[in-house]
Amino acid sequence: MGLQEFQVIGRHLPTESDPTPKIFRMRIFAPNEVVAKSRFWYFLRQLKKVKKANGEIIGVNVIHEKKPLKVKNFGIWIRYDSRSGTHNMYKEFRDLSRADAVKSLYQDMAARHRARFRSIHILRVIEIEKSADVRRPYIKQLMTPNLKFPLPHRVTKIRSTFIAHRPSTF
Amino acid sequence: MSSSDSTFKRFIEVGRVVLLKSGPFSGKIAVIAEIIDHNRAIIDGPTTGVTRQSYPYKHLTLTPLTLAKLPRAAGSGVIKKHLEKEATIEKWDKSSWAQRRAATEARRNLNDFGRFGVMLAKKARRDVVRKTVFKAKKST
Repeated sequence: MGLQEFQVIGRHLPTESDPTPKIFRMRIFAPNEVVAKSRFWYFLRQLKKVKKANGEIIGVNVIHEKKPLKVKNFGIWIRYDSRSGTHNMYKEFRDLSRADAVKSLYQDMAARHRARFRSIHILRVIEIEKSADVRRPYIKQLMTPNLKFPLPHRVTKIRSTFIAHRPSTF
Repeated sequence: MSSSDSTFKRFIEVGRVVLLKSGPFSGKIAVIAEIIDHNRAIIDGPTTGVTRQSYPYKHLTLTPLTLAKLPRAAGSGVIKKHLEKEATIEKWDKSSWAQRRAATEARRNLNDFGRFGVMLAKKARRDVVRKTVFKAKKST
């Protein structure tokens, strides 16, 4: 399942000492609204003295991509807990939307570092507008002018799935 | 990488005409408008009914046709203009590959009576061939 970008707004419940508490807004990447609200409280209680028991959510909205058919380069800053410590990282992704880029980030972190969703914090996601600002070679190579490459090793499926045949191992 | 020192003939590139192998648009052709990464590209088929979308190379087959002068990330209108100017769709429809596909599709969609008609037609053709061969043998 893909991720969606949510805007979650919440605050501490009004008290006698503070009748108008400060309102907090977060942009959260989550598979659904329930997870988005949960992540909001998780981050907010780390940052401020507000927790779910004495706070309220004012609104949850989905943020849609403005141009979902334009190819963009995204830079993502993350913090993740590995088995031996906490690391900060910067990665770049080429994708159609912020949510898709973050989804690829989670897949990439799972593949390369066996990192789970719970051990990754997305710190910042930006769209890299100038191609000179792209830092990673794996994104730079996709931006070369007149890019072309063949598709080698195309295995065509000829016979039906349900017919017995010897395995091909190449 | 230049294409001249490669033995490959078909490349993933902007303007390449591709045949869709799966999904709701399966069997239609479209044009690569922009390369996203090593697995996906944005394809568009304004004259073939394929909406602009991201598509994995795994579900594409490359055809020998290209729109050589198509700029990167061209919109549907520009692609349509190029397609019409180079008559790519007609070229595709005329190719033996497309005709073979159309014939297979037509044969697959026959009902039982249609298949019976095909059997009769094949019998008639066989008959003509055998008779002429017999005559040719007799005359020598």
